[in-house]
Amino acid sequence: MTATTSGAMPSGASAVPGGSGVGGRRTQVFLVDDHGMFRSGVRSELAGEVDIVGEAADVAPAIAEIAECVPEVVLLDVHLPGGGGQDVVTAVKANHPEVKFLALSASDAPEDVIAVIRAGARGYVTKTISGPELVDAIRRVAAGDAVFSPRLAGFVLDAFASGSAPEIDRPSFDPELDQLTAREREVLRLIARGYTYREVARELFISVKTVETHVSSVLRKLQLSTRHQLTRWAAERRLT
Amino acid sequence: MAEQPDSAARWDSGEHGGSSRTTAFLHNSGLWHDRQHGDDGASGPGPLRRSRDDRLLGGVAAGLARRTGFSVGVWRVLFVTATIVTTGYLAIAYVLAWLFIPAEGSSRNIASKAVTDRRGIGLALALTSVLAVALIIVSALHAPWVTSLAIPLLLCAAGVLLIARNATDEEQDYLRGLAEPAGLTPTSRRSRRLLRVAVACALGIAGLAVLLRGQDRLEALKSLAGIMFLVGGIALAFGPWWLRLARDAIEERQARVRAEERAEMASRVHDSVLQTLALIQRRAGDQQQVIQLARAQERELRAWLFDGREPGSLDGQAETVADGIRLIQKEVESQHGMSVEAVTVGDCPLDDDMNAVLAAAREATVNAAKWSRADVVSLFAEVEPESVSVFVRDRGKGFDPESVPEDRKGVAESIKARLARRGGSATVRSAPGQGTEVSLVMPRLADDRLSRRP
Repeated sequence: MTATTSGAMPSGASAVPGGSGVGGRRTQVFLVDDHGMFRSGVRSELAGEVDIVGEAADVAPAIAEIAECVPEVVLLDVHLPGGGGQDVVTAVKANHPEVKFLALSASDAPEDVIAVIRAGARGYVTKTISGPELVDAIRRVAAGDAVFSPRLAGFVLDAFASGSAPEIDRPSFDPELDQLTAREREVLRLIARGYTYREVARELFISVKTVETHVSSVLRKLQLSTRHQLTRWAAERRLT
Repeated sequence: MAEQPDSAARWDSGEHGGSSRTTAFLHNSGLWHDRQHGDDGASGPGPLRRSRDDRLLGGVAAGLARRTGFSVGVWRVLFVTATIVTTGYLAIAYVLAWLFIPAEGSSRNIASKAVTDRRGIGLALALTSVLAVALIIVSALHAPWVTSLAIPLLLCAAGVLLIARNATDEEQDYLRGLAEPAGLTPTSRRSRRLLRVAVACALGIAGLAVLLRGQDRLEALKSLAGIMFLVGGIALAFGPWWLRLARDAIEERQARVRAEERAEMASRVHDSVLQTLALIQRRAGDQQQVIQLARAQERELRAWLFDGREPGSLDGQAETVADGIRLIQKEVESQHGMSVEAVTVGDCPLDDDMNAVLAAAREATVNAAKWSRADVVSLFAEVEPESVSVFVRDRGKGFDPESVPEDRKGVAESIKARLARRGGSATVRSAPGQGTEVSLVMPRLADDRLSRRP
C-alpha cells in the first residue's frame, strides 16, 4: 500500500514526517554495511519511519539473513569486506526476486556503482543524503520505482555518452535499449544538477509520475543493455 | 508588448541635443518603420524585430518573414531584386531598417546608440569623404556605371560602419565572423596584405587601361594632371582630419584593451584577496585560522605578482576539467565546511577557456558556501563535443538578482564578464527562499565555431 502514497508524494526533503503508508504498515528494511557506527546512525535516522528487520556487516551473513527474513528493501553498501555489494544482489535475486535493493555509499568509483545497479539494485544514493530524503528513497524503491542520486545520473550520462554512433553491425544491437532518449537525458541532467524529482517535473512541465517513468526506463536500459559503448566504458574501468 | 514601441517616440525625450537635422531624419525613418508595421497588419505576433538566429546580414528579411508569414527566401529574393532594379538604392533602406528595427528580445535599436557615438559619426563622415574622393577619380576616368552606384554605396558604407560600432556585443561578434573571410578584420596579417596588394593591382591596371584607351594621348594626360591636382587638393584639405580620426580610433582601441585588462585584474583580485578578507572577517575569533588564511593568501599573491601564476586559477594543480571540479569540491569543503555534491560527465584537458569556466565555477561554489546557508551545493559539469556546461546549485536562501548593489562585484564581474570575455555565457537564477542556480556555458573549439556560422 505504500506504493500509492510514495508514488504521488513529492520527492526531496518534503517527505511527510511520520507518514508510513496508508495501511499503517511500515516498509521492512534490511541494512548491510560494514561500519557499525553507520548502521546505528541510519537506524536512528529511520526510526519511526520504517521497520529495520535486520542488519549485516558482510556478504555471506547478509545473503543468509536476507533469505531468512525476506525484507522489502535492502539498504546495501557498495563496498563490503567479503566482496562487492553486487554479490549480495545476485545471490538474493536468484531465490527472492521480489527483494528490492537500494545502494547506499559514501563516495564510490563509477564501476562499482554501475556493477551493483546492473546486478539488480533499484537505485543508488550517497551517504550525504538527509534522513527524510532517505526515507522517501526507500519508499520509492519499495514501490518499484528507481532512485537516482545526482552522482548516479552523472555516471549513467557518462556511460551512455552521446556523440558516438551506435554500431549497427553488432547482432545484439538494440536501439531501444542501447540509447537514451532526449527526454531521458534531459531528466538525468537535471537530476545530476541536484534537482529533486518534483523540481525536475516542474522544470520540464511534466508530472512527477512521468519523471519516475523516465528514470525507471533508464534503469531498465542500464540493466539490460548490451550496448558496446556501455561494455567498453565498463571495461575501461575494469568492469565485467 | 505594445504594437508600436517606437524609436521615434523615444527620441523626443532624447538625452542628446545633437543636430536638429539628425532628429528630423530619425522621425522620418520612424514613420517609414511604422508603415512597415501597418502594411503587415496582425499576421505576426508582436512588433517587427530583426531575427537573431536566421540572419545573413542584419536579420531584417527573417524578421519580416516571421511577421508576415511569407518565407524568408521570398523576402531575400525580393530585397536582392529590388536592390538591383533600384541600382542599389534599396540597400540604403535595408541598412536603415537594420539601424532602426531593434533585434529580437531587445527594445533599443542601434540608431539610438549611434547618434551619441560622436567618434563613430566622425569616422562615417571620413569614410564617406574618402570614398567620395575615390569616386570622383573613377568618374573622371569615364566609368559612368560606377557613379550610378556611388551614392547608395557611400550611404550604405557609412550606415554599416555605424552599425558595426554600435551593435550589441553579440551582433558585433557575428559581424566580425562575417567579415573575417574577406580579410577585413585583423585576424591574419598576411591575408590582409594579399588583399591590399590585389586591390591595388586591380585599380592600377584598370586606371592604366582606361587612360591608354583614350585615343588622344594629350587629352588623357591633361585629365590625369587634373585628377592629380584634385586629389592633392582634397588630401591637403581633409588629410589632417583623416589622420586624426585614425589616431583617435587607435587610441580608443588601446583604451578598450586597458579597460579589459583592468576588469580581468579586478576579477582576479576579487576571487583571491577580497574573498580571503571576507573569510578573515567571518572567522575573526579563530586566530589560528586567520593566520593560516592570511599566509595562504600571501603566498598566492606573491606567486601572482612575481612568478606570474594567476590566483584563482587551477594551473598546475589540475589537468582536466573533472580534476578541476574535484579540486573545487575539496577546497570548498575544507575551507567552508560545506558538503559539495560534485558530478562530472565526460572530460577534457584544461585550456584557457576551461580555466575560465572553472574559475567561475569555483567562484559560484564559494558564493553558495558563503551566503546560501544551504547544507549542500550541487556542482555538475558536463563536457560535450561543442561545449562545456557547469551548473552550481544550492537550495539555500536565494536572493533577488535585481537588487545586488553595484560594488558587490562577485556575480556580475567575476562570473559573467569572465566568461563573456572568452565567448561563454553565465546565467544566474535565483529568488529569495528558492535557492540559486548558476549556469555556465563555454563553447569549445573556437575555429570550429566560426566556420559553422551561416
